[in-house]
Amino acid sequence: MFGEFHPALGNADWAAVWLTFRLASLVTVILMVVGTPIAWWLARTRSKWKGVVGAIVALPLVLPPTVLGFYLLVAMGPYGPVGQFTQWLGIGLLPFTFPGLVVASVFYSLPFVVQPVQNAFEAIGPRPLEVAATLRANPWDSFFTVVVPLAKSGFITAAILGFAHTVGEFGVVLMIGGNIPEKTRVVSVAIYDHVEALEYAEAHVLAGGMLLFSFLVLLALYSRKGASAWK
Amino acid sequence: MEITLGKAIQARFQVIWPGFTLNVDLDLPGRGVTALFGHSGSGKTTLLRCLAGLERHSTGSLHFKGEVWQDSTRSIFRPTHQRSLGYVFQEASLFPHLSVRKNLEYGRKRVNSGHKVSLDHAVELLGIGHLLDRMPDRLSGGERQRVAIARALATSPELLLMDEPLAALDLKRKSEILPYLERLHDELDIPMFYVSHSPDEVARLADHVVLLAEGRVVAAGGLRETLARLDLPTAFTEDAGVVIEAVVADHDEAYHLTRLDFSGGSVVVARRQEALGRRLRFRVHARDVSLTLTRAAGTSISNLLPATVTDIADADTPAHVLVRLDAGGTPLIARITRRSLDHLDVAPGKSMWAQIKAVALLA
Repeated sequence: MFGEFHPALGNADWAAVWLTFRLASLVTVILMVVGTPIAWWLARTRSKWKGVVGAIVALPLVLPPTVLGFYLLVAMGPYGPVGQFTQWLGIGLLPFTFPGLVVASVFYSLPFVVQPVQNAFEAIGPRPLEVAATLRANPWDSFFTVVVPLAKSGFITAAILGFAHTVGEFGVVLMIGGNIPEKTRVVSVAIYDHVEALEYAEAHVLAGGMLLFSFLVLLALYSRKGASAWK
Repeated sequence: MEITLGKAIQARFQVIWPGFTLNVDLDLPGRGVTALFGHSGSGKTTLLRCLAGLERHSTGSLHFKGEVWQDSTRSIFRPTHQRSLGYVFQEASLFPHLSVRKNLEYGRKRVNSGHKVSLDHAVELLGIGHLLDRMPDRLSGGERQRVAIARALATSPELLLMDEPLAALDLKRKSEILPYLERLHDELDIPMFYVSHSPDEVARLADHVVLLAEGRVVAAGGLRETLARLDLPTAFTEDAGVVIEAVVADHDEAYHLTRLDFSGGSVVVARRQEALGRRLRFRVHARDVSLTLTRAAGTSISNLLPATVTDIADADTPAHVLVRLDAGGTPLIARITRRSLDHLDVAPGKSMWAQIKAVALLA
């Protein structure tokens, strides 16, 4: 039932691995930039909108990826608001392109970045910022010299989770990206293809690789717990 | 009520929270130590935070030595990081990711000009030279608080604000830091505001007192005059007493005694280590002062002072009264029973003898 075993990956599979890596890296960088201000706002605000924004950010945790993917597809499609906007910008439509995949992945992995960073900000509390202000640090200065070092552990956790979760997505990719080699065919989709084609050996190599990768990521994450943030 | 202490700092603040209102209007001195004194919930920390600009929701105005730091009517609010102040919080709040040295340098390198207090001087004043390369989590509570004070000083602030810097420490650590605070008082020309609910700390360190209760100023003025007032709420008079500043005048080696002189007389206490001429503060509790019509003979109490009754007020119990006396320019308060008041016919203007049973030396 395992078929003939080929430990080496084909060119198409390597392309899928490389695409997945590029996608996850880019999405992680964008998420750190976009997620940090959202986390800061959620950690510090007393606005009545805090609950609403927090719930929206957390939605991908509970929604089936197909639901998220469906709405993103509609929004980015030719008649959706995002699609109209991208067409007006002259960059065409995002579905079934790599940029489309990036946008969808950012939404899909947002809570995995926002929540650890928000928790880290909340744990710091207002006092270190007050101290920094009495020591003449302006708000930006104290953010980078006090908050970021003290929240380092939260940032690392967020980056690891954001990266790993993007690598692990499947449903959203299928809805938004389809299965275009070297453009939108990531590892999880490639495994699906191999299994459908009964190419179990190739599926094994990719699936085993994903299993090992995920385990190592989580091992790194959980081994960090308890370690001091600034040492 | 006269609450003018000088014109250097004018503070008018209003802060309204559910269940608490701070409403103060103070002219504060630009030198010396001003104690903000009161029970917890009296608003003393809130007032200090208003001075620092840490309470953004306060309305009012703050003029500091000719600069406008806040004026709500003109929408002026200078943020904390643009005010030349040092703030010591109740918990040391050192940056845990920075060494002691980096903590000290954090504020210092953000101040461009006018380093009146050198880093070495701050380090030496607080006795932390041997701690510079340690991380904060390797310090004791008392050491941390000393570093926090030095860190605030290292910015050469024009105003030093301290929020019960000793409250989180045990008695031993307190007595470890108090001498350093006294040195700041003696050696630096920076006005300090010191929040405390400990009468002994206030008596030991302060030159001026602002007494707060339920968000309002009850009394403000010089330390001796304010503590010797009789018209304050009973909450403060249960611990009534005066603070006297004296000079070490003589040591009696045979009996192991030391004589302390002040305007109005002298007291004898158990032998002190201080050299002749050193200034010492001591506190005389009203409950430790009794009154006689003539100079008592055949008593074991050796501290007797002639004094004139100036006024009489109710004490914390109906059975007692507080009698204020003037002993050659030094105010004294005696807490005696109402019966003794009538028996001895105590009235303002009467000359009597005050017997001091005990004095509490504050250094």
